[in-house]
Amino acid sequence: MSDHEYTPKSKVGKWFNDRLPLLTLGSHLTDYPTPKNLNYWWTFGGILTFCLLTQIITGIVLAMHYVAHADLAFASVEHIMRDVNYGWLIRYIHSNGASMFFLAVYIHIFRSLFYGSYKSPREVIWIIGLFIYLLMMAAAFMGYVLPWGQMSFWGATVITNLFSAIPLVGESITTWLWGAYSVDNPTLNRFFSLHYLIPFLILGLVVLHIWALHVPGNNNPVGIEIKKPSKDTVPFHPYITIKDTFALLMFMIIFAGFVFFSPNVLGHSDNYIPANPLVTPAHIVPEWYLLPFYAILRSVPDKLGGVILMFGAIFILFVLPWLDTSKVRSAVFRPIYRQFYWILVLDVLMLGYMGAMPAEGIYLVLARVGTLYYFAHFIIVLPVVGLLEKTDPVPMSISEPVLTGGADPALARKDNEKI
Amino acid sequence: MKRFNLKNLLIVFIIFFGSISNSFSAGGGGELLKVDWSFKGITGKFDRASLQRGFQVYKEVCASCHSMQYLSYRNLGEPGGPEFSEQEVKAIAASIEIEDGPDEQGEMFTRPGRPADKFKNPYPNVKASIAANGGAYPPDMSVLVKARPGGSNYIYSVLMGYEDPPADITLDDGVYYNKYMIGNKIKMASPLSDDIVEYSDGTQATVDQMAKDVTTFLSWAAEPELEERHRTGVKVIIYLILLTTLVYLSMKKIWSRVDSEV
Amino acid sequence: MSKEEKKVNRRDFLFTASYTIGAVGLGAVVWPLVHQMNPDKAQQALATTEVDISQIEPGNSITVLWRGKPVFLKRRTPEEIAEARAVNLSDLPDPQKDEERVKDGKDEWLVMLGVCTHLGCVPLKDKGDYNGWFCPCHGSHYDVSGRIRKGPAPTNMEIPKFEFVDNNTIKIG
Repeated sequence: MSDHEYTPKSKVGKWFNDRLPLLTLGSHLTDYPTPKNLNYWWTFGGILTFCLLTQIITGIVLAMHYVAHADLAFASVEHIMRDVNYGWLIRYIHSNGASMFFLAVYIHIFRSLFYGSYKSPREVIWIIGLFIYLLMMAAAFMGYVLPWGQMSFWGATVITNLFSAIPLVGESITTWLWGAYSVDNPTLNRFFSLHYLIPFLILGLVVLHIWALHVPGNNNPVGIEIKKPSKDTVPFHPYITIKDTFALLMFMIIFAGFVFFSPNVLGHSDNYIPANPLVTPAHIVPEWYLLPFYAILRSVPDKLGGVILMFGAIFILFVLPWLDTSKVRSAVFRPIYRQFYWILVLDVLMLGYMGAMPAEGIYLVLARVGTLYYFAHFIIVLPVVGLLEKTDPVPMSISEPVLTGGADPALARKDNEKI
Repeated sequence: MKRFNLKNLLIVFIIFFGSISNSFSAGGGGELLKVDWSFKGITGKFDRASLQRGFQVYKEVCASCHSMQYLSYRNLGEPGGPEFSEQEVKAIAASIEIEDGPDEQGEMFTRPGRPADKFKNPYPNVKASIAANGGAYPPDMSVLVKARPGGSNYIYSVLMGYEDPPADITLDDGVYYNKYMIGNKIKMASPLSDDIVEYSDGTQATVDQMAKDVTTFLSWAAEPELEERHRTGVKVIIYLILLTTLVYLSMKKIWSRVDSEV
Repeated sequence: MSKEEKKVNRRDFLFTASYTIGAVGLGAVVWPLVHQMNPDKAQQALATTEVDISQIEPGNSITVLWRGKPVFLKRRTPEEIAEARAVNLSDLPDPQKDEERVKDGKDEWLVMLGVCTHLGCVPLKDKGDYNGWFCPCHGSHYDVSGRIRKGPAPTNMEIPKFEFVDNNTIKIG
């Protein structure tokens, strides 16, 4: 962050800014130099912020009408849908908004994986992002319990039961989580409280996430450091604000398609059956965005093993910046890594599909293959490929490929030059 | 020419999985019977006459066992539904006795229903309902259409799906075979038979007609906001397309400065 | 107009149009978020209540709950009615004839919101200096027609919309 020496135009502005430099902050955000070659995969950060705010606003409004008691929860949701003015709209925005939130976050994460945005010096941005992702999953899981349908109840039962796999203290922890001897009213109550809390924790982490980003500045599709900001960057406003707005509007069209015309297609019909502790649904499945982890969990016959592997799948991502040994950041110039990247995408999609299927037969076999590859990708492939890969020549600067009409190998930096 | 690479393979997989994903909605039975419901599609609307007939079927055939506890009698007169007149709604409500109280003596009493009342439950509680129905609970039908994979088509298929069991299946007493029911066994005997209801609008009450009408009614009951949702959705998407176009043009205008500076 | 000026005008129009259309959308989004706090359809449906008045003797009153608030239904004796009508309007802080507060031909029946118009407490019946109600919170006195006579309350107790369904039943709201 450079010293703008920003001076507010009005006297009141100056008085205020001297005491709390919000206007300076505003000026920094407006002028923030952004690489001018960012493609549309970079618009998802802005889209995610929109998703978070949408969930918070619709959530607070829903909380004015929702009742977090096992006897009344399901009925209170129907009350919202039928009697509250625009209740159906706010409820469907919130439930589909959760899916859109995860769609955007997966695109955002996979953008980072492709272009090497997690690599030095952006490791902390990546790690904060993973914490945001973990909190998102916790919030979404608890939010899904609140309507107190069959999937709410049984999904909660399955996942909270996992904690009993922990040796020695597992049972006590599970009882402590439940506040009872099974998923019951106390569980619902505390899930509501935490579900309300977590989005504000996420909001705080998002501030840190953006702050950490603004230190080195954005990565870009070519993956090289900006040497000449005057040539290679544009001020965030109006260039990026307008582009983010355009991308957000396209995103909102898809969002509106779900909300208004197919509001239940991403959910599970069993959740319109009120929770019944005596009847287990034929197939307990989480929402689609948790399916890959569900597949990993069930690919191990041992309960504790499944839990370890499931959490391991996320924790491995924390050390990704150190597992990937490549000196080249962007997959644009990494032909071998690129192939493995697409295998990973396919692998995650396949795991998601397997998560929706019963854990038997060919589905179980494929889930195990998928799990194996997932870990192999990070633990074996990335370190090895990074060291052995012959990368394509990387341009000297962002503007250069355009000016000189194409990548000139003679102009490419040598392999050991700092990216 | 498209090079073979994994990205293209990926796209093929996505399209493949996407196209077969519809088959997940089939229950224990085979492919569901499909009806061209008037309320499907982005401009779908309920057929008012069908809704009113469907309510008649519910009231005369189903309501003795199946509750609809999240509906109120006034819903029957609200826009987007059967749209009975105010008098008709009052009459329907008044034909039911509702428990109220306690009065000044502390006693519960019954009174004729009012539009603001919720639909009366045929049984005082779930256990009574199970006991009266051979150990099976007749589910509440307020959101039943949303609670079954296949939705309206599923409900219609089950109503039409009663037939003799295949040779290799034996049924207990009080259990019936149904081609489309999940698990193929159902504890409700076929509830519809020709002319079991005499439609007040004179329509011939065949099983197929009643099944369509009552399914339409149940579909509305589960999603009374459907018509308003569709209407609003069309307006929202048109608006978004308009705004997106304006913003797109603005974006191009603004970014044109960048290329000219280089 | 020069080419440059024409370009600027078109650009400004585009931006202005975008902002305007965007603002309209924002307003359309804000409305449901605000309106959802208004009384919902179930609340609106409970807006009326019917009361059986057949058991009330002259001189007595009952209190019922309507829209969450108390409603006093008092059956006045002929003496109480005469007393109410003998009051000089200039003595009233909120002048109103007793006839205006009851239904024609049903003068015995006073139906009013049992909420003090000062700050909302529920006045006590058969108390106060005017043979009517007395509000203990800040000392407002109401007469036998429910009108404010003395104390900080600015207006008479409110008469809600009501009607006689039959001789034994009053519908409020």
